[in-house]
Amino acid sequence: MNDQSSADAEQPAADTGRNSEREAVIDIDGLRFRWRAGGAPVLDIEVLRVGRGERLFVEGPSGSGKSTLLSLLAGVIVPQQGSLRILGERLEAMSGAARDRYRADHVGYIFQLFNLVPYLSMVENVTLPCRFSKRREARARARSGSAPAEALRLLEHLGIVEASLFERPVTELSVGQQQRVAAARALIGGPELVIADEPTSSLDAAHREAFLELLFRECAEADSALVFVSHDAALAPLFERTLHLPAINRARSAGSMMRPPSAAAA
Amino acid sequence: MSVVGLAIKSLRNRRFGAALTTLSIALAVMLLLGVERIRSEVRTSFASTISGTDLIVGARSGPVQLLLYSVFRLGDPTQSIAYATYEDLADHPQVAWTIPLSLGDSHRGYRVLGTTHAYFEHFRYARERGLELEAGRLFSEVFDAVLGAEVAAKLDYHVGDEIVIAHGAGEVSFVEHADKPFHVSGILKRTGTPVDRTVHVQLSGIEAMHEDFQQGGRARDEDPLPARARRPASGGHPHGHSHGRASGDRNAHDRSPAHSSAPERHAHQPEKISAFLVGLKSRSAAPAMLRMVNEYKDEPLSAIMPAVALQDLWQLVGVAETALRVVSVFVLAVGLVGMLTALLSGIEERRREMAVLRSVGARPAHVFGLIVGEAGFITFAGALIGLVLLYLLQMAAQPLLAAQLGLFIPPAWPGWQELGVLAAVCGAGIVIGIIPGVRIYRYSLADGMTIRI
Repeated sequence: MNDQSSADAEQPAADTGRNSEREAVIDIDGLRFRWRAGGAPVLDIEVLRVGRGERLFVEGPSGSGKSTLLSLLAGVIVPQQGSLRILGERLEAMSGAARDRYRADHVGYIFQLFNLVPYLSMVENVTLPCRFSKRREARARARSGSAPAEALRLLEHLGIVEASLFERPVTELSVGQQQRVAAARALIGGPELVIADEPTSSLDAAHREAFLELLFRECAEADSALVFVSHDAALAPLFERTLHLPAINRARSAGSMMRPPSAAAA
Repeated sequence: MSVVGLAIKSLRNRRFGAALTTLSIALAVMLLLGVERIRSEVRTSFASTISGTDLIVGARSGPVQLLLYSVFRLGDPTQSIAYATYEDLADHPQVAWTIPLSLGDSHRGYRVLGTTHAYFEHFRYARERGLELEAGRLFSEVFDAVLGAEVAAKLDYHVGDEIVIAHGAGEVSFVEHADKPFHVSGILKRTGTPVDRTVHVQLSGIEAMHEDFQQGGRARDEDPLPARARRPASGGHPHGHSHGRASGDRNAHDRSPAHSSAPERHAHQPEKISAFLVGLKSRSAAPAMLRMVNEYKDEPLSAIMPAVALQDLWQLVGVAETALRVVSVFVLAVGLVGMLTALLSGIEERRREMAVLRSVGARPAHVFGLIVGEAGFITFAGALIGLVLLYLLQMAAQPLLAAQLGLFIPPAWPGWQELGVLAAVCGAGIVIGIIPGVRIYRYSLADGMTIRI
């Protein structure tokens, strides 16, 4: 797939500092994050670099800080210590509005479930990022002439071709179809970073492979880095590189949940 | 642009619930404005029931009571004043005109007012408007009656009809002066004041009717109607009553009750009246005149300035008015709380939607704006629809209001006060939207990039 696929994919802990030959999309340095001031850190990562177009599989059990890492990468939360550079810019130094803009411009996000806004059509769901990012709108337009046209192109590439589907409310789509629409949305306008939070957990094995193939192909075409989180280690071989989060997360208890401890009963 | 588009689509997706919420706010707004309109119209028509009159003089009583029976035809004068007193005061150099009022009888629930032509000449309502005839002419004979517009309309009377007047004010009276039917000589134009609900007769007519009653009243138990019926009617009536209000016959006032039964002598000269209205040559003389009347030596009198008494009375009525207003404000509050409930209960569902929007770059402010904007839009639409409903209702209810209450509410453009109410409603909607808005803002910060299921 990617011509730069490296040989060190099986040794995540050892190679986190490499890939410097590629333009870094993600560059983490001495990052520490805690939900509450004075609380135990949930995430403590010395170094993590993800290059342009790279496909990284992040694996780890519940509570290992996966969701927290994704929220940090998406710029929803910021680390208290260390630096988190995305495309060379320090997220923790940005204002909230700037991080929202960064996310709109550079990040495509796929949720585990319920990706679609129920009152929008399929194409409107896909073009949603273009409402918030002029850059992605412009890139979609440059590619296909208009954002909806680009949406249709992506949907077609992702295997949604039946015209009848476009008419139906998105809530009537199957889960597999919904996830493909979500992938198209994450990819529209070619963001440099695509984050996928267990997008295949509700798909059966056959659909899972097919979905991943489509996702890889489109990421490669857009030269987007893909950070794919799952607790399903069986998917790891499909990726260039696998990161076992507990191995690089030096935080002792490794936190537990996305939520602040007060809200996290589990 | 983009976020507004989202808000509209989101709202369209929940149109049924949103429509209900909007409707409840619309109805509340309609009620609030409707009450306000009726209130101000009632107030205006209330204040315009009498004007141009400087003083009202009656037997000693509370000012509100005097105002009520003399102007609003409500309640009864507890006492009357001597005609001589009236004439004495009417002759005062400061007095420009007077209108004597004699009350106490009724016709099928409508008050009968004994008065003189001065009433039609000097009585003013709604600033400078005088009474005008719709049909017929003013009374000239003793048993002529001039009807208010509502009396004529409700009871379907026309000029030339005969009516029988009863003693006392009730709709059902046990003593009717059936032997003395009155003839409808004229019908007044509608005024929107208590004048519409009044049967006007001459003072002499009242006297003529009563002298017979006084004579025959005691015998009534054994001898209901017929025997005494004809006599006074055939008696002195064709003559004598033609003398005007202030014409001579001063002696008549000195009569004792004992010889009031001699019809040909007093010629229906009234002995007592209930009250009289006074117009002064100069308004500035009113306070002095007021004092003089209140200290009148021959009998205890009360004088009031109508404007002041109206003010007092309005304060009395104002309690009900305030209650009405409070109720409609509460109805509006219920509508708004309904909206709040709908928004809050929708929030859990919309958390996912908001997380998705956040993931594609929506700011917390966008998310907040979506909710608050929706609340603002719903209240704005509710206020607008409420206004439209108000006009529709007003058009539909106009005939009823006019007939039942004598209220004429012209379908005017909303006034500043009403626009203020509408703006306040929209403002309240936005403020209420802030509650779920803040909540979803917090959620969207706390949830980050997770979707709660």
